[in-house]
Amino acid sequence: MSVQFEANELKQVQTKESSSLALRIFRGGKIGFAIASGEGGLDTLVDMAVETSQFGSLANFQFPSQFHQDSSKVCIFDSEVGDLTKERMIDIGKELITQIRAHTPDIICDVEVIKRTGSISIINSQGGSGRYDKSFFGFGLEGIVVRDTDMLFVGDSESSCRVDFIGINDLAARVIWQLEMAKEKAAVSTKRLPVIFTSNGVASVLLSPILLAFNGKTVLEGASPLKDRLGEKVFDKKLNLWDDATVAFRVGSYPFDDEGVPSQHLPLVTNGIVTNFLYDLRTAALAGTQSTGNGRRVESGFPNPTISSLRLCQSGGDVSFQAMVEDIKGGLIVEQVMGAEQGNVLSGDFGGNVLLGYKVENGEIVGRVKDTMIAGNVYKVLEELLGIGQETRWVGGILQTPSLYCPRVSVTTKGG
Amino acid sequence: MAATFAFIRVKSYNRGVRNLIAESLKGHSADYIEIHFEESQATSIVYRGKRLEEISRARNSGGNVRALVKGSWGFVSFNSLDGLRDKVALATEEARLASRGPLKLFSMEAVIDKVVPQLKQDATNVSLAIKKELLDRYNDIMLSNHKIQSSRINYRDNKKQRTFANSEGSYIEQAKTDLSLRLTAIAHDDNEIQQAGLSLGSNGEFAAVEELHGQAREIARRAVALLSAPQVKGGDYTVLLDPVLAGVFAHEAFGHLSESDFVYQNDNLQKVMILGKRFGGKHLNIVDDPTIPNLRGSYRYDDEGTPARRTYLIREGVLEGRLHSRETAARMGESTTGNARALNYLFPPIVRMSNTYIERGSASFEEMLGDIEEGIYVKDWYGGTTSLEMFTFSAGEAYMIRHGRLAELLRPVVLTGNVFTTLRNIDAIGNDLEMNQGGGCGKGGQSPLPVSDGSPHIRIRHCVVGGR
Repeated sequence: MSVQFEANELKQVQTKESSSLALRIFRGGKIGFAIASGEGGLDTLVDMAVETSQFGSLANFQFPSQFHQDSSKVCIFDSEVGDLTKERMIDIGKELITQIRAHTPDIICDVEVIKRTGSISIINSQGGSGRYDKSFFGFGLEGIVVRDTDMLFVGDSESSCRVDFIGINDLAARVIWQLEMAKEKAAVSTKRLPVIFTSNGVASVLLSPILLAFNGKTVLEGASPLKDRLGEKVFDKKLNLWDDATVAFRVGSYPFDDEGVPSQHLPLVTNGIVTNFLYDLRTAALAGTQSTGNGRRVESGFPNPTISSLRLCQSGGDVSFQAMVEDIKGGLIVEQVMGAEQGNVLSGDFGGNVLLGYKVENGEIVGRVKDTMIAGNVYKVLEELLGIGQETRWVGGILQTPSLYCPRVSVTTKGG
Repeated sequence: MAATFAFIRVKSYNRGVRNLIAESLKGHSADYIEIHFEESQATSIVYRGKRLEEISRARNSGGNVRALVKGSWGFVSFNSLDGLRDKVALATEEARLASRGPLKLFSMEAVIDKVVPQLKQDATNVSLAIKKELLDRYNDIMLSNHKIQSSRINYRDNKKQRTFANSEGSYIEQAKTDLSLRLTAIAHDDNEIQQAGLSLGSNGEFAAVEELHGQAREIARRAVALLSAPQVKGGDYTVLLDPVLAGVFAHEAFGHLSESDFVYQNDNLQKVMILGKRFGGKHLNIVDDPTIPNLRGSYRYDDEGTPARRTYLIREGVLEGRLHSRETAARMGESTTGNARALNYLFPPIVRMSNTYIERGSASFEEMLGDIEEGIYVKDWYGGTTSLEMFTFSAGEAYMIRHGRLAELLRPVVLTGNVFTTLRNIDAIGNDLEMNQGGGCGKGGQSPLPVSDGSPHIRIRHCVVGGR
């Protein structure tokens, strides 16, 4: 269920109910797959799976005969989510908009407040079966301030499996901070500059290439820049990265993945050294290793190695945000980049227009930059960091990260 | 000129569904109600390197009810038509929770119609064996180049049977097919990884994905060539865009800004987007047209039952129109354009583009190239995105231009700019319009919606190109 505000007013209330059934079969040594929702019956599902199995890839693995994880150990269900009324959700949206408009009266806000409950059941012919319930609660705000042809976009979102894990005031405070920092306009010139990626900035710019590189499939086909670097130091020694599907009440968590493999706390980078890649059953079998419990079905497809909850330096780093800013003589803070994933993501490249970012001059944030592009390579940027922020936060519910202070990123602006 | 549409219409409706909908609408208490119901089937084939990664079939059915009360909407989606009357009541009750100003939708005559696409060879009827054999061949070609480390193939086709009815008496059944294919070759050399790709699609016509052997070979060759290509130095350049990338520009940079749901409640943006305002030179015409036959963004009625029509967004450099749903048209006092589209039954229709393109100009490619002392020729695309005012898009292929000639191949580049400035900076439009069917559009969580875009070659002065 969701309530949606458009241009500061409640526009729409939605209720969605859906269920689907996915079937994977081994037939004649090959894999078949089909998915169905709505009316149509089981027969069609079986027929479709059989049809695809004629051409499917080799069935090279076994489904687990037991789902070891006790599904009550990973907390991802909050009964209060179900009890949350539409009226309360509407009040949350109104409160958010009121707080933001008290700061900037001419801002136009779109807000969505969402709650969801669902259950997942898996059964296989090896005798394995399991079921769990999951809840979701989240809200997000996008604000636009238009002055003549100048547009400023601000916004943030919060989500968790638990109602009381996230707060309106935190979100409002962050958006107000963005508005405050963006009050003045400032210009940087075309050169390499020190850049602080805020938690949002890390998610917006650095996440996609990293996800791709740690995916066991990319590694297996030889297209990951990390493929031969297991056990090697690739990143700054201060850098630690885990995938953790067991973390309580985070939206990416689960007791077992969509193939019935138990979830775990999986180190990907330890003190800068690459330690693991993400695997599902099939990819693991091809690579001669074990599934890491990351076989997840996304939309209508097969299970694929997919992150659950990613935690970068979860205990935070060594520098406060303020100290990083004060350290910069001339540089940039990046919150949101448009089109960052459009470059050659496989090789770790990023590049795009800084949709929300601020100029730092002599240790102070002086205003928002426009017409500015950044470009770089994740592996070069994360090879040596000037600092890791003390404070971490969860972005989009799935990535916990501090701010990262990087020495030199290429910045291009209009007019040089 | 009336557009001809390659659809035949046969009036034999699904009487069961039609009666059920009519029954459930009886005695409702909303200002307006619409009901969608949809049945779809899809086939997906994915390769990763030499391995067939996934071959799957899907069948989906479901629907939704949308209710309007005093200017606000309730929306209920479901998998089963059971209890449709209760769903109408729930959507109405939800709409009452909201509290916007009253709204009378842009007035429309009720339509009763059935639309069936007519395809020479409907991809959804082609056997899996034929599809797989064809894709195997393309994959083999790409992988036969010894510097190609891996490949990606994503093939998808689907067929949808959609039923629309509203409380004003409209009842429309429309069938639509869609097909998309992306081929990617990944080259590897020491520590370098580069890729090149091809995206295409069709309205379900299978021929669109046949006979691509030469292009598969070319993609592999280009990916390998990129390994030794230099990175462009970032800066301000004159850029020449090929029809594919210029089409993405038309879609991203201007198309989204023409979607009235961004504008209708934003007074400041309305002042920017005043009809009659000049945005570019007299040579610039940008059109959205769902009535062009047989493109991916073509349709006869949108998802509010509004007949499709051609809309000039910019005519001779001046803002002439924008894209509307019945709500945005009514709220802005303009005419509806038939651009309310929903990805599927899980979403309400929102204002979307269809087939968006820059009209043909008069310059030849050689003329446009010849005038450039130093610049970049950018072709093909990885993607594009916009924040209304600013856009960014990535070229899949780029070459330096020196002294009016094409020079060395470059690593893929990202272009960015301010929409308004960039439109004014288009100083030449080619005479070679082409439509690109390889894209899908995302907005409001509804992605990828089948659209197409197009353009002739265009030349832009002072465009920011990212590099390092």
